[in-house]
Amino acid sequence: MLSSLAGVLFDGFAYGMLLFLLSVGLSVTLGMMNFVNLAHCSFAMVGGYATVTLVNRFGWPFLAALPMAFLAGATISLFLERILFKRLYRASDLDQCLLTIGVVFISIAVFAWFYTTEQQSARPPEWLRAPVSVGGMNFAGYRLFLIVFGLVTTASLFWFLERTNFGAKIRAAVDNQRMARGLGIDVDRAFMLTFALGGGLAGLGGALAIEVVGLDPTFALAYLVYVLIVVAVGGLGSIGGSFAAAVVLGISDMAGKYYFPWLGAFLIYLVMVALLMWRPLGLFGKR
Amino acid sequence: MANAKPLEVAFWLCTLLPFVLAPNYLSLASQIAITALFALSLDLILGYAGIVSLGHAAFFGVGAYTAGLIAKHYWTEPISALLISGLISGILGYASSHVIVRFRHLALIMLTMGFGLLLAEAANSAHALTGGADGLQGFRVPEVLGFKFDMFGRTAYAYSLAVLFVCFLICRRVIHSPFGLALRGIRENAIRMPAIGAPSLSHLRKAYTIAAVMAGLAGAALTQTTSTVSIDVLSFGRSADVLVILILGGAGRLYGGLIGAVIYMVARDQFSGVNPQYWYFWIGLLLVAVVMFLPNGILGGLSALHKKRQ
Repeated sequence: MLSSLAGVLFDGFAYGMLLFLLSVGLSVTLGMMNFVNLAHCSFAMVGGYATVTLVNRFGWPFLAALPMAFLAGATISLFLERILFKRLYRASDLDQCLLTIGVVFISIAVFAWFYTTEQQSARPPEWLRAPVSVGGMNFAGYRLFLIVFGLVTTASLFWFLERTNFGAKIRAAVDNQRMARGLGIDVDRAFMLTFALGGGLAGLGGALAIEVVGLDPTFALAYLVYVLIVVAVGGLGSIGGSFAAAVVLGISDMAGKYYFPWLGAFLIYLVMVALLMWRPLGLFGKR
Repeated sequence: MANAKPLEVAFWLCTLLPFVLAPNYLSLASQIAITALFALSLDLILGYAGIVSLGHAAFFGVGAYTAGLIAKHYWTEPISALLISGLISGILGYASSHVIVRFRHLALIMLTMGFGLLLAEAANSAHALTGGADGLQGFRVPEVLGFKFDMFGRTAYAYSLAVLFVCFLICRRVIHSPFGLALRGIRENAIRMPAIGAPSLSHLRKAYTIAAVMAGLAGAALTQTTSTVSIDVLSFGRSADVLVILILGGAGRLYGGLIGAVIYMVARDQFSGVNPQYWYFWIGLLLVAVVMFLPNGILGGLSALHKKRQ
C-alpha cells in the first residue's frame, strides 16, 4: 500500500511535469493578452511529430531531436501569431475560441493526412528508460528524467522571469498592459516572443509526452482539456500557480486511475468544476 | 405568426419541399431539423444572452437519454415522452443555471465545458442505465398520432419539423418580448441593466432554462426518430459542432442556426463519405474564414450586403 502510494505520487509528479510544460506558455500568454488560445496543444503536437519524424525517419538520437521539437513548436506558434492571432487581440472571447478551435481542427486533419491516425512512437535511448532503484524501490528511469527536466525548466523559467530585464517587461505586461505600454515597453514584441517561447515549451512537452501517453492526431483536443484545467485552476499568468496546479492535477489523475479506475476522467472534471466554482480566478489568480 | 415577413413565410414553405423534391433524403432532412432546433436553443443563450457555452450537448444528451429510457422501459407514445424529456432537461438546466450565470469569460467557458464532460463521463460509467459506450438500443417508437415511422423517414421529418416549428414560434415570441430585449441589453452591458431595473441574473437563468428545454426536446426528437441513443449525444464534439453551426449561420439572428444547420449538414453528408478526419479540415478552415472575414456569419454578411445595395 505504502509503496504503491509512493509509486502513484512519483508517476503523478512526472505526469504533472509534463502537463506543466504543455500549459505554462498558454498561462503566460493568456495572462498577458487575454487571448484564449485553444490551439496551444496543436503546437505541442507539432513538436511531437517533429520528434517522431527526426527519430524514426532520419535516425536522429532522441535527445538531439528535443531541441528541434522546441524549435518546431516555437516556429509554428510565431507564424500563426503573426498571420492570424494578432488580428484578434481585441476581439471577443468567442471569436478567439472559434478561430483557435478552427486551427485545432485543421491541425488534426493535416496530421491525420500525413501520419495516419495510428499511434506514433519515438523511443528514448535504453539508458534513459532503464529502471532506477532508490531505497529498495524501482522507479521508471524515463519518469525520473521527466521530473528532473521539468524542475530544471521551471527553475530556469523563474530565473528568466524574475532576474532578466526581458522577464521584468513580461511581468509588467501581465500585471497591467496599458501601464506597461505607457512606460514605453514594446508589449507586442514581448508578447510575440513570449508566445514563441510558450509554443516552444509546448512542443517540447509534446515530444516528451510521446513515451508516456503516445501521439496521435487527436492529441490536440484530448490534452487541451488538461491544459485548460491547469491554466484555469492555476490562475492566468502565474508560473508558480501553473506548476502547483499541474502537479495536483497530475497526481490526482494518476491516483484516480490507480485507485478508482471505474470513475475514469470523472474525478478530474469534478475537481476542476469544484475548484472553479470556489475560485473562478484560479488558485493563484490575481485578476 | 401574426407579423410574419414574406421572406419568413417563404422559408417555412421551403422546408416542405423535401417531401416532394428529395424523398430519398428525408431522414437527412429530419436530422437537419433536429440540429437546427439544437442550434436555435444555443442561439437563445449565446446570440441573445451572451452566455458562451462549450457544453450545450449536455442538455441535448439528457433529453436523448430520457426519451430513450422512457421508450425502452415505460411507454412508446412519443409526444408525452418528448415533453417529459424537455422537462427533465429544463430542470437540469435550471439547476446548473444558478452556477453558470455568475461567471464570465474563461471561467464560464471552462465551467460549461466541465459540466458537459462530467455528464459524458457519468453516462459512460453508468453502464447499467445508459448502455455505456455501446449506447442505448433495443427500443422502437412505432408511431406518432397514428402515423407510422416509415423507413423513408417521411413521418420522422414531419415530426421533427413540427417540433422545430413550434419551438421556433416560441423562440420568436420570446425574442420579440420585453424579456428578449432585456436579454440583449444584458449581453451588451451586464452591469448597467440592473441599474435600469432589469434583474440580470434571474433573466439569464430563465433564458438558460428555456434553452436547456429546447436542447432536450431536440435530443429527444433525435432518439425517437432514430430509435437509438449513442454516447456521442453528450460528446464535446457535438457541443463544438453546434457552436460552429450557429456561428456559421450567424449568432443573434433567429434564422442563423437554421441556415447554418442546413449548410453544415448537407455539406457533411456530401463530403464526409471519404473520412470524417478530413471533413474537420474544411470545418476548421471555414471557422477561421468566418471569424476573419464574416464576423456575423452568413446571415450577417448577407444583411450587410443588402444594406450596402440600398
